[in-house]
Amino acid sequence: MTNLSQDKASLLEVDGLSVEYRLKGVSLRAIDRVSFALQAGEAVGLVGESGSGKTTTAMAIAGLLSPNARVSGGQVRYRGNLLPIDNDAAMRPHRWTETSVVFQGAMNALNPVHRIIKQIAEPCILKLGMSRAEATARARELLELVGIPTDRGTAYPHELSGGMRQRVMIAMALACRPSIIIGDEPTTALDVITQAQILKLLGKLRSQLNLALILITHDLSVVAESCDRVMIMYAGRIVEDGTVAEIFAKPKHPYTRLLIESIPNPASGIRIIRPIPGDPPNLMNRPSGCAFHPRCPSATGVCTTEVPSLEKFGWGRVACHLHRSSQEGRVAVHA
Amino acid sequence: MPDTSDILSLESLKVHFPIQGGLFDRVLGRSAGAVRAADGVDLNIGRGEIVALVGESGSGKTTVGRVITKLAQPTGGRLLFEGRDMTSAKGFSALRPYRRRVQMIFQDAYQALNPRHTVFDSVAEPLRSLRLVKNHAQLTERVSEALSAAGLNPPGDFFARFPHELSGGQRQRVVIAGALAVKPELIVADEPVSMLDVSIRAQILQVLVDLRAKHNMALLFITHDLPLAWLIADRIAVLYLGRLVEIGSADDITFNPRHPYTVALRNATPQIRSDASRFELPALQGEVPSAARVPKGCRFHPRCPLAFDRCKEEEPPAIEVGPQHMSACWLPTSGAKAGLSTPNLKSADHGSV
Repeated sequence: MTNLSQDKASLLEVDGLSVEYRLKGVSLRAIDRVSFALQAGEAVGLVGESGSGKTTTAMAIAGLLSPNARVSGGQVRYRGNLLPIDNDAAMRPHRWTETSVVFQGAMNALNPVHRIIKQIAEPCILKLGMSRAEATARARELLELVGIPTDRGTAYPHELSGGMRQRVMIAMALACRPSIIIGDEPTTALDVITQAQILKLLGKLRSQLNLALILITHDLSVVAESCDRVMIMYAGRIVEDGTVAEIFAKPKHPYTRLLIESIPNPASGIRIIRPIPGDPPNLMNRPSGCAFHPRCPSATGVCTTEVPSLEKFGWGRVACHLHRSSQEGRVAVHA
Repeated sequence: MPDTSDILSLESLKVHFPIQGGLFDRVLGRSAGAVRAADGVDLNIGRGEIVALVGESGSGKTTVGRVITKLAQPTGGRLLFEGRDMTSAKGFSALRPYRRRVQMIFQDAYQALNPRHTVFDSVAEPLRSLRLVKNHAQLTERVSEALSAAGLNPPGDFFARFPHELSGGQRQRVVIAGALAVKPELIVADEPVSMLDVSIRAQILQVLVDLRAKHNMALLFITHDLPLAWLIADRIAVLYLGRLVEIGSADDITFNPRHPYTVALRNATPQIRSDASRFELPALQGEVPSAARVPKGCRFHPRCPLAFDRCKEEEPPAIEVGPQHMSACWLPTSGAKAGLSTPNLKSADHGSV
């Protein structure tokens, strides 16, 4: 099982990361003191609804924040070295060679007027200083790795199906042998059977190349099938972190529990629609205390006033007033 | 199924979109072929019944929905509403009574709502155009009723709002309210929750299920998500390349699928489950072929791990494999050689339902 403790030398350490967006003169905190560590070869699912900050977290790590975003606190360390995540030029040597991103819409991310083999060879030339011939040979290798027949390399993106295009994206991401792949909803636009093929491919590559994977998704069931560990985000904060097995069997945070219950799961045999009441939080008007309290069936007085900190709980972490570790002298209150 | 009479039935419905050929083809009078979006679909929906139509993109599920709501014209087969042939009904006035009784909910609530119309106007639009109200007081009453049934309370608060002022879930509720306002007996919902956040999905599903309970409204729920179909529907119909490959009760399709495609779809669907609940069938390779080049014989045979000679030659008819359970597959006739009909394919979680 994955080791969740952060004392070991981690591949990536995110510490107290906060990011703000400037919108029409208003400053909007998208993520708030996000901390976690990622081990080499580990697959972590970053799960949350739109606006929860999952994409902002991942883009900050890759140094790909939009121009109106500002890192307002915290730091990110890669193999112990501080990453200049708010400096685009300084991040350039890191991207592709250490951290690569696979985006959601492969059609928009690929250049429509270049053959795919040329596009895969591109980062090898620019980043690794290969000659065109070397890079093309490497691109062939990569096509084979992601399961595209090498003679399809001369195809243009529009000639490929959605699944094939996503494979091309993965091949490009792997071109410079990174240690971390960030998948931003990499299978959301795909059909289920194609999605299963892509997830299987990612799993295979992960063990073959000892890749760490940060999978951003809104779909908990995708995480259940492809990750070791899952972090649940709500209104810009991590509210729960734990192994997939642990979280699906025994969710601690009420939000996690309600989220799992709201997913239709034939294996459970429970055929009842169980909605989460209320609306997703508005970041312009963030609820006081625990951001989930207006929707939480177990909320008490303290939840409306005090922001719960993310604390160690068992093997994982949880940010909820109902689950405070008793070692700190507080009484553990169970719902 | 509360009532035995069907509100709607499709009889070998076909929608073929002709492919525009080149000049050469036209001079020679040659046809460039057709995209067979729907290619012989038989489906019936009972009063107050919820039927889920499940398929991947390109399976023709949206086309079937558009034919039912008269937004697409079939090129073959029949569309019967309460036994009356509606296949060739055309024109605004001829379709007015039909539109009052059959409504559609689209996937993308952003595009389905006019950004310049207030919520009130969007919901009032069908009532006005179908001339269902006599005066403004009546109109306000019907709009309030619909908004409140769709879960927008108090309705008055939403009258003057514009789509951009609403959240995604609220927008989808407005779209639903628009469909409800005319008190239809059948709603075709095309992926109504796939654009919504997970925590909001269940709320919208609840609204749809409540409508059936309160008004005995029938629902054709179009989705690509098998577990979602299981949650909401009485029966599930699985569509592949324009043809139904399997239809049966939600539980039968989910726990006792008989068509290899349904099994593959179920296996590929990510779920929170133990591996024991997977059926024994290798994962599918490749992708759905183009509907312009439908394979000969069983259209699934090139990807089917269990295909045998007959599958390459003859298209299988829908064969009864259980009560109210049909599968368009030759396997049951093959003496169950490698079969999906053998008990070794029972799912581990079968007993839990």
